[in-house]
Amino acid sequence: MAHGPAKGFSRWLFTTNHKDIGSMYLWFSFAMFIIGGMFALVVRAELFEPGMQIVDPNFFNQMTTLHGLIMVFGAVMPAFVGLANWMIPMMIGAPDMALPRMNNWSFWILPFAFFMLLSTLFMEGGGPNFGWTFYAPLSTTYAPPSVTFFIFSIHIMGVSSIMGAINIIATVLNMRAPGMTLMKMPMFVWTWLITAYLLILVMPVLAGVVTMMLMDIHFGTSFFDAAGGGDPVLFQHVFWFFGHPEVYIMILPAFGIVSAIIPTFARKPLFGYASMVYATAAIGLLSFIVWAHHMFTVGMPVAGELFFMYATMLIAVPTGVKVFNWVATMFKGAMTFETPMLFSIAFVILFTIGGMSGLMLAIAPADFQYHDTYFVVAHFHYVLVPGAIFSITAGVYYWLPKWTGHMYNEVLGKTHFWLAFVGLNVTFFPMHFSGLAGMPRRIPDYHMMFADWNMISSVGALLFGGAQILFLYIVIATVVRGKKATMEVWENPEGLEWTVPSPAPYHTFITPPDVK
Amino acid sequence: MLNKARGLMAWLLGCALLMGSPATLAEYGKRWAFNMTSGVTPSSREIYSLHMQMFWWCVAVSVIVFGIMFVSMYLHRKSRGVKPANFHESTVLEVFWTAIPLIILTAMCVPATKSLIALYDTSEAKLDVVITGYQWRWKYDYLNEDLSFFSNLSTPREQIEGLAPKGPHYLLEVDEPLVVPINTKVRFLITAADVIHAWWVPALGIKKDAIPGFINESWAVIEEPGIYRGQCAELCGRDHGFMPIVVEAKTQEDYQAWLTEKQAAAEALAALTEKTFTFDELYERGQQVYGQWCVACHQAGGEGMPGIFPALKGGMSVGPIADHIDIVVNGSRGTAMQAFGSQLSEVDLAAVVTYERNAWGNNMGDMAQPIDIYNHKQGN
Amino acid sequence: MKLWPANATAALSIKLGATGVLMFVFAVWVLPPIYDVFCQVTGLNGKTGGRYEAVDMREVDTSRSITVQFIAVNNEEMPWQFKPSVRSIKVHPGEQTRVDYLAVNPTNRDMIAQAIPSVVPFKASTYFHKTECFCFEQQPLQAGESAEMPMLFIVDQDLPPEVHTITLSYTLFDVTDRFGEQEQVSMTGNL
Repeated sequence: MAHGPAKGFSRWLFTTNHKDIGSMYLWFSFAMFIIGGMFALVVRAELFEPGMQIVDPNFFNQMTTLHGLIMVFGAVMPAFVGLANWMIPMMIGAPDMALPRMNNWSFWILPFAFFMLLSTLFMEGGGPNFGWTFYAPLSTTYAPPSVTFFIFSIHIMGVSSIMGAINIIATVLNMRAPGMTLMKMPMFVWTWLITAYLLILVMPVLAGVVTMMLMDIHFGTSFFDAAGGGDPVLFQHVFWFFGHPEVYIMILPAFGIVSAIIPTFARKPLFGYASMVYATAAIGLLSFIVWAHHMFTVGMPVAGELFFMYATMLIAVPTGVKVFNWVATMFKGAMTFETPMLFSIAFVILFTIGGMSGLMLAIAPADFQYHDTYFVVAHFHYVLVPGAIFSITAGVYYWLPKWTGHMYNEVLGKTHFWLAFVGLNVTFFPMHFSGLAGMPRRIPDYHMMFADWNMISSVGALLFGGAQILFLYIVIATVVRGKKATMEVWENPEGLEWTVPSPAPYHTFITPPDVK
Repeated sequence: MLNKARGLMAWLLGCALLMGSPATLAEYGKRWAFNMTSGVTPSSREIYSLHMQMFWWCVAVSVIVFGIMFVSMYLHRKSRGVKPANFHESTVLEVFWTAIPLIILTAMCVPATKSLIALYDTSEAKLDVVITGYQWRWKYDYLNEDLSFFSNLSTPREQIEGLAPKGPHYLLEVDEPLVVPINTKVRFLITAADVIHAWWVPALGIKKDAIPGFINESWAVIEEPGIYRGQCAELCGRDHGFMPIVVEAKTQEDYQAWLTEKQAAAEALAALTEKTFTFDELYERGQQVYGQWCVACHQAGGEGMPGIFPALKGGMSVGPIADHIDIVVNGSRGTAMQAFGSQLSEVDLAAVVTYERNAWGNNMGDMAQPIDIYNHKQGN
Repeated sequence: MKLWPANATAALSIKLGATGVLMFVFAVWVLPPIYDVFCQVTGLNGKTGGRYEAVDMREVDTSRSITVQFIAVNNEEMPWQFKPSVRSIKVHPGEQTRVDYLAVNPTNRDMIAQAIPSVVPFKASTYFHKTECFCFEQQPLQAGESAEMPMLFIVDQDLPPEVHTITLSYTLFDVTDRFGEQEQVSMTGNL
């Protein structure tokens, strides 16, 4: 029974349509990206010059903490879920997600959770100030009173992710069009399938760790308190058992997006499809045995350090395989460089640079000098910003004509790309140097020897932030008007999503297509 | 497009070369530093060497991969009129580019393993120092010398707030550095008294977490006399960025001389417990102590931070002196107010109590003598 | 009654949800005990285990001399004076030795303390046996009271030959609030 969408606010509140929900996730994540970005700009403003000029050190710690939490849980993850919601049903020829009502809930609890998290800034004692990694006992015995709200909001975000992951697995396993075997699925669907399994396995562990925190803080237990026979290092083990797969959760869908875009603009099929699937699965599996590389200075015995060093270096192999396959896809193609392709190529280059610094960090003895310095900050911002964020941006540009029926303005898109590209490199490349020169993380003030790099980073941050305002304008302008998009939008793209009209009808694939 | 790509490659390669150039291998502490210091211990030099090896491997692989990409972006463009090829798989290639990285990584593991095992060998140390991390200072305890002291940031607040020009060791200077002899294996026993901190001195190649309730160990043999500076490397609260580490390595003779002098000073300080001080002496000394130990939380004007740190203008300072002494000496349970009785000498405690009771218009007119503090500590 | 509904999606969703719940149970009820047991068995975080019952009486190994060092740390806010009676002593493996820690409660209130031990090097932890220790129980001291708190230990003869020095540290925590009114607990299982 196909009909158009309801009217007014209740359309959005009660919708079970994957396209609507996808749009809500994307707009929500963009709002969080701006908020998280503003916190980053507060941090970079204070770090513009040595000396304390703008904020109190305790507030600075709240800014760095919330910047991390908002970006990880509010920007990157919901954006990928939004893209999954929009594209997975269309890519597999399904009419909607497997559990549409749960889909609605998965989204709507998020604004509630983030409202609670952000409101902690206004509570007495301030918001969370213990880093997004919230190690005990700084986050238990020494935490501000708002920590309880922080814990509740993490619980809610976790529930949202788990419900979303269940939905995605059920959709992908049970609702593919006849003829679409697993090895015929687009890479974006494969990477999200594996990501969804990772989410189900590790988000509950995060819930467990914050529950143990809650019990230590309010119910007199001593999981992480040495006084009661507990161990602060247990916190780190359990947190990173979640935390490491989490960073792969934040990058595997990116791999899928880029694997869709590069073949389209190289006009050549993805090289090594089967290898790409196996490599993604290998990364997913290996992600569970490397967690303690975040803890090399904690005082682990040498055998443990060696094991985690070897396992971490091993995970570079399947990741490298993927990079080589993308290059082989480009090679001997006939490339054009529209905005999605620019973002995707920048992804391949700059994510690889992030991977290289990651490999350096894997060397445990060298890590003694890198750990908790700006070298680590440089590494993870390279894999997250030109990594995850660029892939999301690339996906938005790639699929926006399908969603809206209009082409975005190509000149503006390219401008956005170059501003963002220059901005992020000016921000994050110098952090390699300030980290190697000896600047620790999470400090609001520093010696003059770090001043030059910090000033450059701060300027870059402003440029990168400004570029996102341009992006907002471009997206809104495309929603409202623009050159009419064809059904295929691009030149012979692969995928079922390009066999429906642009804009995609409210309900697509009500009858499943035939897949050859 | 290609020129931009060439420019990017050139810039990346330039940075890479700069990192390895002698100019930037120069002293730690110089501006525009690109690279890690190679330090003054065998450990730090080994770490530096591993770092550079990995770095060059990464540069080599990047140059090859990005090189192929840039060539391809130039040659295989639709605007050049090329037709796209159709190949999309090759088992040989997949095996090749799985095996080669595996081999390279295995090669890198060998020196890394050797170095790590050596870094963990703390046996046969000649000197043991216990290092305890506090919010927000370090305490050093020479295990076999009966000498212990706190090490606080000594950069004046005015420099931090921009009211005075910054000194050459801004935020990297302390009142009492850790002094050790060169060419001696020193073992560091690292722990914490509240939250997790981390003790890091780049020039020594040491970074170890300080975990409350647990002891970690590390070691160094410092080969050159000099002053080496580091910082806390684990977020530990408000002043995480303001608890630096300074290690001074002296020749064996100079170290012995310093040790003797320090032990004598400690005894002299203990003797001061019996002395009676004038009001002005206590007030002035107390002002210094306050500026070093109390101002971070209670602020320069004694106003504190409402809801977080109580005001000392008024408040405790104008109540009964015994209660005031008790809270300074024994701390306040369930709050961030530490027990300073074990961290400050009796003279300093008496002085800071006197200062607080009379500064900012409190004008209580009374004062505490070191012997009062001593008696309070004994439970009288 | 069938465990899973016939609808494939519903069945799959329930299984995935159950996996999630199981992972939560794993994180809270399985990981901490595994971690504790692993640490106790291997001594890998410096924990020395609980009370040691000497099972076989072997000869004291007089050919080896092990230096045992003692450290005392006050957790912040812990105002007691707390220090070992000796900084280090030499012992033979197999020989039971007693060392006292001196504690004074200088405040005007009754307090209860918990001492938490930690040993380095880690490989020595499982060979350092405490037959009696003030860390096994909470230690109450009234206002102004002082005490000599004994610990008795034996270094195992099987201590790896390359270990010559063992360092034992006690961190003293104020647990008055935790145990004020309630019964105290034995810590032998958690050390």
